[in-house]
Amino acid sequence: MPLRGFSLLTLVAIALPFLFPDNYYVTVVGTTAAVHAMLAMSLNLLMGYAGQISLGHAAFFGMGAYSSAILTTRWEWRPLLAMVAGLLLTGVVAYLISRPILRLKGHYLAMATLGFGIIINILLVQTGWLTGGPDGISNIPPLSLLGWQVDSDLRWYGVMSAAALLVLWINLSVVSSRSGRALRALHTSEFAAQTMGIDTTVMKSKIFVLAALLAAAAGSLFAHQQAFVSPGSFSFFFSVELVTMVVLGGLASTYGAIFGAVALTFLPELLVVFEDYEVMIFGAILMLTMIFLPQGFYVAVEQRLGRWWAARQGGA
Amino acid sequence: MKIANRVALAAAVFSSFALTLAPVEALLAKDSIKIGSFLAVTGGASFLGDPELKTLQLYVEQINAAGGVNGKQLELVHYDTAGDAKKAVNFVKRLIKKDEVDIIIGGSTSGTSMAVIPTVEEEKIPFISLAGAVSIIEPVKPWVFKVPHTDRMAAERIFADMNQRGISKIALISGDGGFGKSGREQSLLLAPKHGIEVVIDESYGAKDTDVTAQLSKIRGSSAEAILNFGFGTGPAIVTKNVRQLGIDLPLYQSHGVASKTYIELSGDAAEGVRLPAAALLVADKLDDKDPQKLVLVDYISKYENKYGSAVSTFGGHAYDALMIAVAAMQRAGSADKAKVRDEIEKTKGFMGTAGVFNMTPTDHMGLTVDAFKMLEIKGGDWSIIN
Repeated sequence: MPLRGFSLLTLVAIALPFLFPDNYYVTVVGTTAAVHAMLAMSLNLLMGYAGQISLGHAAFFGMGAYSSAILTTRWEWRPLLAMVAGLLLTGVVAYLISRPILRLKGHYLAMATLGFGIIINILLVQTGWLTGGPDGISNIPPLSLLGWQVDSDLRWYGVMSAAALLVLWINLSVVSSRSGRALRALHTSEFAAQTMGIDTTVMKSKIFVLAALLAAAAGSLFAHQQAFVSPGSFSFFFSVELVTMVVLGGLASTYGAIFGAVALTFLPELLVVFEDYEVMIFGAILMLTMIFLPQGFYVAVEQRLGRWWAARQGGA
Repeated sequence: MKIANRVALAAAVFSSFALTLAPVEALLAKDSIKIGSFLAVTGGASFLGDPELKTLQLYVEQINAAGGVNGKQLELVHYDTAGDAKKAVNFVKRLIKKDEVDIIIGGSTSGTSMAVIPTVEEEKIPFISLAGAVSIIEPVKPWVFKVPHTDRMAAERIFADMNQRGISKIALISGDGGFGKSGREQSLLLAPKHGIEVVIDESYGAKDTDVTAQLSKIRGSSAEAILNFGFGTGPAIVTKNVRQLGIDLPLYQSHGVASKTYIELSGDAAEGVRLPAAALLVADKLDDKDPQKLVLVDYISKYENKYGSAVSTFGGHAYDALMIAVAAMQRAGSADKAKVRDEIEKTKGFMGTAGVFNMTPTDHMGLTVDAFKMLEIKGGDWSIIN
């Protein structure tokens, strides 16, 4: 498993706060970008590698976040214990729905995941006695690891980047393993994969559960970082945003997913100077990227650089 | 010689440059008071954020034209949250860390306001929220204030009116959105204190087009009046259905329907409906001696002159928040965060569009139930009842 990109990202993540101490873009936007990167990478496992579209990924993110929020505020569980409980719950739910839902293909699968996402969102809004309804839950305690309180933006930046790097590592290991090859085979042709002896049903369900678990873990951290959760943060629109991140970076590229997440987090921040035109410019950038670089921005650039490098080597 | 000439020329150019730049620089540096704001100008809650932002822009301009505050110009730094709590948190951090604002006014929705409270408290910056929920200021947080009335006050006002009319048993029907739910909770909580019994408690979905099933149940109950807490088209449907079923009970609505649209949607069925509402709605019908009338008429004419659209109570909240902040800065003699916070807390007798504000260390809103006027719809228009 090639670790060059991983090491490079680790270095960048460590160097940034030293180069720009207490910088808004590093500690605040960077932290959000790390959360988005975790989600985009987990969704990319499902969409990019296994070829199973999901329009309900925000639901798993929300389940992790709400499990942590509810258990730590209402029953005063320890954050880590609550996180584990949230992961268990999400894992079980994801497993239970994976079998029926993943029998569907294409538009039908998209519809089913979309429905699932909306159902979870409605549950969050309607079960006010548990979730606080549309107003959400506030006063979520900060995360503490062995007595070390994660309470400043800088510390959160550290925790979220570390978590994102861990997710990256898990991603890379999965992709370069036997399962990863099986997944890609499945993506290209499910039928061919079956004839090669791959149990595609089990494979798909496994990757679905893994993607859900990673999203739920990100959700747990997110709940503690924000100290507040409300159903709006886990809506259908956020699911679509996640799909956009994956597609913008380029499907089936882990680094592409990271690129998409970081780009989509920073772009709106940089575009606020245009005020009223912000959304229009944002939309135009996305459209142009998809028209001219349909395979995704990161993947396209990577391919072109690769070709240029090969040509240079060949020429010399 | 040549060199000396050049040096002299360069020095002259440089110094003239420096002289012209100096005042500009000084102006840019710290000769402005920065007001940060995050509002839901787009998205589902834009009907809140849009008039709020317009009001802030209008009055910042006015105050600056009149010489600013403490001799300094105001500068408004605004970000659009589209009602997203996640964005709100990041934008508030941006306002504090990057823009280094002196005070924050914003949070059109209760969700976005609640979301930023931990950040505001930690960074110790005064924050005046424009959202409704009681939970924003209860329990009291040192740096958090709010200016709109709460749904609890609306419920109290309604129950007071019911007491006067001798109504003791009511049917409650509420929308299932955030507003309706919160209103329902507050109503259930407060009713016993006013000696009122909620004999039947129904709800309807935001997109329901018919609520006759729920109303039929209410008709069969011993209720003496109907109270509807809701937002949007729901209350108009309830109003129409009540009349269609021939239910002859007094119907109360909440401040959620306090707009002309409600009367238009309900038509004749709205006749006789009572509701609590901010005085802004009936500014022209207030007594000339009412000190609030002056404030309201002034705000309405300025806003409508500039934007050519009708005012709403939401924009009024932004006016109240900005004026309270400005007055506090004037009393503090600076924009020092701790001093301004102390002064906001000492706001006494400030006449805003929502009513008279009297803040205390235990009350970070400062309005009383009287801030609501009880209205009855007569002949397709509001009329004040007392």
